[in-house]
Amino acid sequence: MSQFRGRRILAGAMTLIAAAALTGCGSKTSDEKSTAGVSADVSGDSVKVGLLNSLSGTMAISEVTVRDSIMLAVEEINAAGGVLGKKIVPVGEDGASDWPTFAEKAEKLISQDRVAAVFGCWTSASRKAVKPVFEKNKALLFYPVQYEGLEQSPYIFYTGATTNQQIVPGLDYLKAQGKKSVYLVGSDYVFPRTANKIIKAYAAANGMTVLGEDYAPLGSTEFGTIVNKVRSAKADAVFNTLNGDSNVAFFKEYTSAGLTAASMPVVSVSIAEEEVKGIGTQYLKDQLTAWNYYQTTPGAANQKFVAAYKAKYGADKPTSDPMEAAYVAVYLWKAMVDKAGTFEVEKVRAASGGITYDAPEGLVTVDGPTQHIAKTARIGKVGADGLIAEVWNSGKPITPDPYLKSYPWASGLS
Amino acid sequence: MTVLFGQLFTGISIGAVLLLIALGLALTFGQMNVINMAHGEFIMAGAYTTYVLQQTVTAAGWSLLVALPVAFAVAGTMGVLLEVLLIRRLYARPLDTLLVTWGVSLMLQQLARDVFGSPNVQTRAPALLTGNISLPGGLTVANNRLFILALALAAVLALTLALRLTPLGRRIRAVVQNRDLAAVSGIPTARVDRTTFFIGSGLAGVAGVALTLLGPIGPTMGTNLIIDAFLVVVVGGIGQLKGSVIVAFALGVLQATGEYLTTLSVAKVIVFVAIVAFLQWRPQGLFTLRTRSLA
Amino acid sequence: MTAAPLVGTDPAAVTGSPPGGRRGRRFDGPARTAAGFALGAALLFAVAPLTLSDFRLSLLAKYLCVAMVAVGIGIAWGRGGMLTLGQGVFFGLGGYAMAMHLKLADAGPGELPDFMQLYGQLDELPLWWRPFASPWIALPATVLLPMAVAFGLGSLVFRRRVRGAYFAILSQALAAAMVILLVGQQGTTGGTNGLTDIQGFFGYDLDDPVNQRMVYFIIAASLLALLALARQLIRSRYGELLVAVRDGEERVRFLGYDPAGVKLVGYVIAAGMAGLAGALFVPAVGIISPALIGIVPSIEFVIGVAVGGRATLLGPVLGAVAVAWARTALSERFPGTWTYLQGLLFVLVVAFLPGGLASLWVLARQRRSDPAGARWWRRARPVDRAENRTEVSAA
Repeated sequence: MSQFRGRRILAGAMTLIAAAALTGCGSKTSDEKSTAGVSADVSGDSVKVGLLNSLSGTMAISEVTVRDSIMLAVEEINAAGGVLGKKIVPVGEDGASDWPTFAEKAEKLISQDRVAAVFGCWTSASRKAVKPVFEKNKALLFYPVQYEGLEQSPYIFYTGATTNQQIVPGLDYLKAQGKKSVYLVGSDYVFPRTANKIIKAYAAANGMTVLGEDYAPLGSTEFGTIVNKVRSAKADAVFNTLNGDSNVAFFKEYTSAGLTAASMPVVSVSIAEEEVKGIGTQYLKDQLTAWNYYQTTPGAANQKFVAAYKAKYGADKPTSDPMEAAYVAVYLWKAMVDKAGTFEVEKVRAASGGITYDAPEGLVTVDGPTQHIAKTARIGKVGADGLIAEVWNSGKPITPDPYLKSYPWASGLS
Repeated sequence: MTVLFGQLFTGISIGAVLLLIALGLALTFGQMNVINMAHGEFIMAGAYTTYVLQQTVTAAGWSLLVALPVAFAVAGTMGVLLEVLLIRRLYARPLDTLLVTWGVSLMLQQLARDVFGSPNVQTRAPALLTGNISLPGGLTVANNRLFILALALAAVLALTLALRLTPLGRRIRAVVQNRDLAAVSGIPTARVDRTTFFIGSGLAGVAGVALTLLGPIGPTMGTNLIIDAFLVVVVGGIGQLKGSVIVAFALGVLQATGEYLTTLSVAKVIVFVAIVAFLQWRPQGLFTLRTRSLA
Repeated sequence: MTAAPLVGTDPAAVTGSPPGGRRGRRFDGPARTAAGFALGAALLFAVAPLTLSDFRLSLLAKYLCVAMVAVGIGIAWGRGGMLTLGQGVFFGLGGYAMAMHLKLADAGPGELPDFMQLYGQLDELPLWWRPFASPWIALPATVLLPMAVAFGLGSLVFRRRVRGAYFAILSQALAAAMVILLVGQQGTTGGTNGLTDIQGFFGYDLDDPVNQRMVYFIIAASLLALLALARQLIRSRYGELLVAVRDGEERVRFLGYDPAGVKLVGYVIAAGMAGLAGALFVPAVGIISPALIGIVPSIEFVIGVAVGGRATLLGPVLGAVAVAWARTALSERFPGTWTYLQGLLFVLVVAFLPGGLASLWVLARQRRSDPAGARWWRRARPVDRAENRTEVSAA
């Protein structure tokens, strides 16, 4: 009897639930999207911006330094009077190296804190996770890391390099050096796999041979077999898209297998000054990197940036490309807001095209249609002092081309 | 042929690394039945000890040799602290130790991040250990791999001798085989537990020093290694060292071969499938300690 | 003695003679349960939607999905003694099955999902994706697929009496292997990115807050349904058998039962619940990725259960929600140091409150009913020794 009564209450509850669910039917996917987004809270004499980086977990290794340089830019701008007369108040969140957490924190920054813009994300996966959040809320993300291209979101500004500003110049350099064959080593995730696809298309069109292609799971530190394969392939060069910890293990293995920059140079696209410090110059000496900025890049703007960074965080802290791109992102946002005269996202976006900034890496220009940045490509060589010295640059900023449309050999890629 | 030999050596050296990491676990997990997820962070402690010694004492190559005993002591002390503060209360609940020590490992990682910074740090390997030995026929054998192999074998030998020949070793074995009877015979089981934990954790520190030759030194360096090491002990069989030794090398060679023929990802999956299949055949591992207790 | 008395159910039904056997005569049994469900429904369907902002409600939806996994772990681990450190695998299978269907629905008939065009360079849909175009296959698959995998693995390992720590580590390795497998097949699984940017849910636009609310209601209703199912299960003969297997597997075998079969059922049910949770997580959060199914999230599922109280009905749910909420709240408040607090929470609760937060409730009741309860902590150690004896003798 009492059992029966329990079920009846349960049934009642279920009916209630069904009713509640049915009344809640909103718009269909076929409907026109509403145009309203969340607008930033700029009512006071300050404006909030979101800082979204991993402070814990495996990616903290790289992202903490990006957070540091964003903070530097924010403080400098505040000291100079802020943006449109308002002080910037940074709201920091920890993405915890976990992609859904990035999405959650992005939503929080946009809808709870009502920030005017968000700076951050590192991995492609975290960017892909937050992209729908920014597009849904029509809020701005500034993404400061070189990436695999093939993306163009109206609500993301990409201040790192796309493939034609880093990987393609790297290949051009190898070709100019007379390297005929390459071996591809990468971490098993989106950036290396996409980069290697581009490299293979380039190689096929430029008479280079790809002798092998190997991937290691993210965080893997066992490179005995891969180095063994690389060694026996006897390629002219190795193109390395490994990420984070794996680089350390790879170069230690590479060196102890007797391979050097002289016998088989490695071009890396994810090793900056910070990583050089973590790997050790005894394993990296004279190896090549492809970036848009080095701590040694000449120019007054860079001297000022490096001096300010070291003054704030310590003389032993190097500056690197992603840090610089994050620093530049804050200044570019300020320039866009200044030009638009408002924090409103659509007007800021409309004002973005053609904005230039005398960045530490040299003059950069925002490309309106793609929302990427025209940047100068630079190939560098790791020195015994742990810094990277430039050995080649593209001479002028390269117009971003995320889908590689202007490269005939890349027609099959996107 | 060159490649084949290279792969065989790679497999053996992967096995040596696994063995070095798993050896401490073979004591704490295998002998004491404590699932210590913070074992990876003891490895990290050993690696950071190497770094600190090079920063403060000397950056010369031989500092690595100094680091070995120091790291053993540092990680061992951390282990004893963990044992006294937490694990001692949880001997009756092995699965709960897993969760508690996982919480501890989270905190230790964050501690490392706050003390040493998030980015990896570097240590200098002695010049002797960065090169390689060329054998006839174009074969090369990396010195650091040889060193780790030697270190792992030396650790196994030392541990075996200690367990067989010393009074402490006899007490440890007695406690493992029958805790109640050992206690009745007057063996101070709590103290034996603490000593066992000290040695087991200390071995993790030694593994940490060795790993500075191969991989990164950073806050999360331990987490990637720990599962493989647990698998070694599970498959090797609890309560015996020889099982872990054989299985570590077998898994190393299997992984190297699988990786050579396919990819590292597939090789990892092959290893897992092999382990499940193996446990179908011998569910208690390769070697089991015979006891009269009913399951 | 067995595990902690059940909050929300009649302990006498399961444990024989509970410590406070005379309590609750006036208000007990089904009526109390029904009242509990009514209260839960009121909280979930009225209080939460009325008081929380859209953002917080969507977070709650996420927590409730975790809670669904926790209900399953409560059965497998709390009642059955199987510490499954690989629930992320089943969560992921359910999530991927759902996300694959939604991605295909977003792309439209005959079209490829966006990421496949980018990374896969495929001309046509891979064979194993095709069935998921149909909701009649995809929806049941979210639950049946995890159950089938659990059945396959479970029937292998339980039959060979792999248990205790062995089983825990094996299930953990399964999670690791699954992640590696998914990441390696980027062209067809999205790799580390997983499946993201899911726009619609059976024709409803997920960007619309009203529809998000609808998803929340579905999740809340599913959680209540799972709780009702778990309650029936625990009170059934099978539930008693499961506890018996946990406390003395050999004895159950001597009595003529098949412990492997009993455990298998519990494991498969837990997998099914995790699968459903994963499936509903996808429309609520809009993403499923390997980061959600690896070792770390799998342990976090279990932590929630341990914090709440593993052997109770409501404990796992409350614990899972509490841990997930604490994670959000702490990381918002202390972005730099929250991991310390989270780690400390796990350590303190698991080490010093083995029955979880649910045992606080039991302790309080016992103390009240027993004024001389000066030694309440002695009697209230809810985790029994029998379970542990099983573990130790696995050696």
